[in-house]
Amino acid sequence: MSTLSALARLRALREGRAQRLATVRHCHLSDRPMVLIPLRLAGEAAAPLAAMAGTDPDHPRLLVVPQPRDRDLRFAFTAELAEVVLPYVEGLQKATETVERRGAEPYERCVDAPQLLVPNPAGVTFVQLLGRSTRFRRAEGPYAVHPSVPVLGRWLTFFGRRAQYPGSVLLAAATDLLSLHWATGQSALEDANLASLLGWIDPPPGMSGASAAREAEDPLVWPPAGPATDPGFDAEVLAPAIRAYQEAPGERAAAAVAAAVRSQLEPTWRLMWRAVDLLRALPPGGGAAARWEGDRTAFTAFAAQLAEGAPPQPRRDGAVAAAARLARMERARAVYDAQRAFDDPLVMAGHRLAGEAFTGTVVAAEPDRTEGEGRGRKLRPLLVVRTGDPVRLAAGARLATPARRGQRADVVDVAGGEVTLKIVKGMGRGTTATPGAVPQVGEVVCYAALTDEYQPPAALPAPEETPWTHGGPPPEYVPAEDDAEEDWS
Amino acid sequence: MDRLDRLRGPEPPRPHDARAIAALAANPGCARRAVLDAAGVDKDAVATHLGFPAPFGRSPFAITRGDAFEALVKEGGGAELLRLLRELLGLPLPLAGYTDLADVGGNPSAHLRHSHTRRLIDRAARDAGEAATLYDHPLLRLEIAGYHSYLEPDVVAFQLGGRFHIVEIKSFAVVDGQAEPDKVAAAARQAAVYVLALSTLLAELGHDPSRVSHEIVLVCPENFANRPAATLVDVRRELAVLRRQLARMTRVGAIVEPLPDTLTFDLGRDDGGVPRRPVAELRSAVREVGARYAPDCLNTCDLCFFCREEAAEAGATDLLGRQVRDELGGVATVAEALALADGSLAPDDDRAEIARLLRLADRLYAEVS
Ligand code: SF4
Repeated sequence: MSTLSALARLRALREGRAQRLATVRHCHLSDRPMVLIPLRLAGEAAAPLAAMAGTDPDHPRLLVVPQPRDRDLRFAFTAELAEVVLPYVEGLQKATETVERRGAEPYERCVDAPQLLVPNPAGVTFVQLLGRSTRFRRAEGPYAVHPSVPVLGRWLTFFGRRAQYPGSVLLAAATDLLSLHWATGQSALEDANLASLLGWIDPPPGMSGASAAREAEDPLVWPPAGPATDPGFDAEVLAPAIRAYQEAPGERAAAAVAAAVRSQLEPTWRLMWRAVDLLRALPPGGGAAARWEGDRTAFTAFAAQLAEGAPPQPRRDGAVAAAARLARMERARAVYDAQRAFDDPLVMAGHRLAGEAFTGTVVAAEPDRTEGEGRGRKLRPLLVVRTGDPVRLAAGARLATPARRGQRADVVDVAGGEVTLKIVKGMGRGTTATPGAVPQVGEVVCYAALTDEYQPPAALPAPEETPWTHGGPPPEYVPAEDDAEEDWS
Repeated sequence: MDRLDRLRGPEPPRPHDARAIAALAANPGCARRAVLDAAGVDKDAVATHLGFPAPFGRSPFAITRGDAFEALVKEGGGAELLRLLRELLGLPLPLAGYTDLADVGGNPSAHLRHSHTRRLIDRAARDAGEAATLYDHPLLRLEIAGYHSYLEPDVVAFQLGGRFHIVEIKSFAVVDGQAEPDKVAAAARQAAVYVLALSTLLAELGHDPSRVSHEIVLVCPENFANRPAATLVDVRRELAVLRRQLARMTRVGAIVEPLPDTLTFDLGRDDGGVPRRPVAELRSAVREVGARYAPDCLNTCDLCFFCREEAAEAGATDLLGRQVRDELGGVATVAEALALADGSLAPDDDRAEIARLLRLADRLYAEVS
């Protein structure tokens, strides 16, 4: 939250319509995303009730568990979900490209990757839980399940874990993607309701965003986007339908449950595709494609692991794996923030208001200034930038600039609306600056204390060298017999 | 007649549950809620009559599941629960007794049931043996804003060697040692209410209040099965917050004092129980007491839709959430903040800093969007 987004919310209230928080799209959007809307039986951790899924807006597939407390029916549901998800995921593994790397072996990467879109963050959590409850199952022995079930479980676990990675969109919540680009005239808490968020962004003709959002809160008009269902619906419609099925299982009773949940899912299905259209209409920012490359690499690597017969992901990470993951995520977060700011002046404006970036006019430049003597003489051009921004940077801060991506500069001094900078990287070799590398007097420039540079990972011990203070080396995961037989009641 | 009784009207006061008290402490600055709760007004009924029914419903599936899980844990006169406690505390606990304090016969008043709880807890504190005793449904009370409130008895108190633990049974799952953080946090806040109430009771009885452990026992289903598992949760932090906020909470007496003598939230129910009070009249009555709306109210207070509407009419920045308000340096209305931003309102000294930021934000927004 910055003053800028706070102001955007105020403006949204005044205009009766959501205001843009971005001038470009900061997430990759697949040409063929899969929308997945899961519903859970109230009161249960991960008992699926139904799901609507598919890649074609006109042909959603409806999956239903007519008696969610019945274990066999649950596994039938997950096998059916696997029928929808796995062909989509596997189909995208076929086309690959060769990626050349300097100083390393080239490798193969899938040219495209799956993208699962769920309505809200609770949907992401549910995907994780569903992955957890299915990945240890087995196709033989007691409690055997369809062979596709544990495979689905591993994929859902992969998607769920990847979703925590900043900037990744292999699995994403529609409300998160929309909130990244629009500010509404309501609170963040209310923005978690997809219908009301879309009410602000794209109200029906003749209606204000505020009233569209209010209307969206009526569960009779806009059923909740899941995984939780409306308690009123549960009491009045769902409970009797499930009871009828319980008393006389059969196609008619199952169809009645299906009709009931369909009524709850269809409105959200339409909203999801509206969200996709709205996002698609935004011009993509440059960083989104780069991050999608990272997603494609992760997807390719996981598909290979699975093909090699890797065991299911462990229940918990060992200490070293967890620390390494955390460090990776922190770096990804920094890169994600920087890329968005470099791609988008509106995002950069937020950093300018916070004093971490500034825009101004160059009032003095010494492009060929050098430091040091003899062989140690280095090119260190100086710049003085006049700015009206509230700069809050200390001497020595390392800056980057969107107009010259490879360039780095250090703050020398900030005083009286003028910032003095010393360019330390990306201005040319030798002792003369490359023409155009150093901004000239009169040029408008923007510098920010943000970096999208790759930073080498922190040195961590190998997993087998985990210090005892962190639990010692983790036991290698050995699939336990009872993992596959775990209750799911 | 007591002032609070008059505010409530002829209906019996509504008992508080720990959830409500935990939420009350979450918004201690709201006078409206403090008064209505202290008077035991049925806020849900008031909100409904005002045309803003509360958005909280519980699914029958969740209720069934919760009840079934609780029954499972309490099976065999507490034997299962005792097994869990033995495992958790690593003690060879013999069971001395399981007493359901809800069993008093007939339908006695909260006051009588509370006396019953008091007597038994007193006895347990006096002659504590090495055996464990479970007290189910103890009816405790807590002083809230100067008035005693009885707590909905939905916990178990567990006594061993003169020390008491609060046991809270919840039906959300703990998967691989992790549960949804906000559910655990809510459970801890609620349990803290009972810990406080039980230690207050011990103190009243002349026992050492610190005999109530600040570690509560949370019993939840483990992974995806129905099997219960117990964990100790330290609620010291929640207790400190609760204590501080209950103490800081504006004394209801001081809020009630200046209110008109005739003020009442009575719904004017007819013989059939249908509320007949003119809505406009009830609305002005509720508005007599100031509110402090925040979006969190949408999760915690029955009056949330009514108060949100009121905040919207007033153009209050509260509507947008605490984070936005903080960014706006506490500027109270949308109109004022926007006027500071476009420069049409000259700021006073207090607002100079935020006005400068807002003007810059306004300029940048126009420049780049
Ligand atoms: S909803 Fe209204 S009465 Fe309830 S706490 Fe919020 S402001 Fe106070």
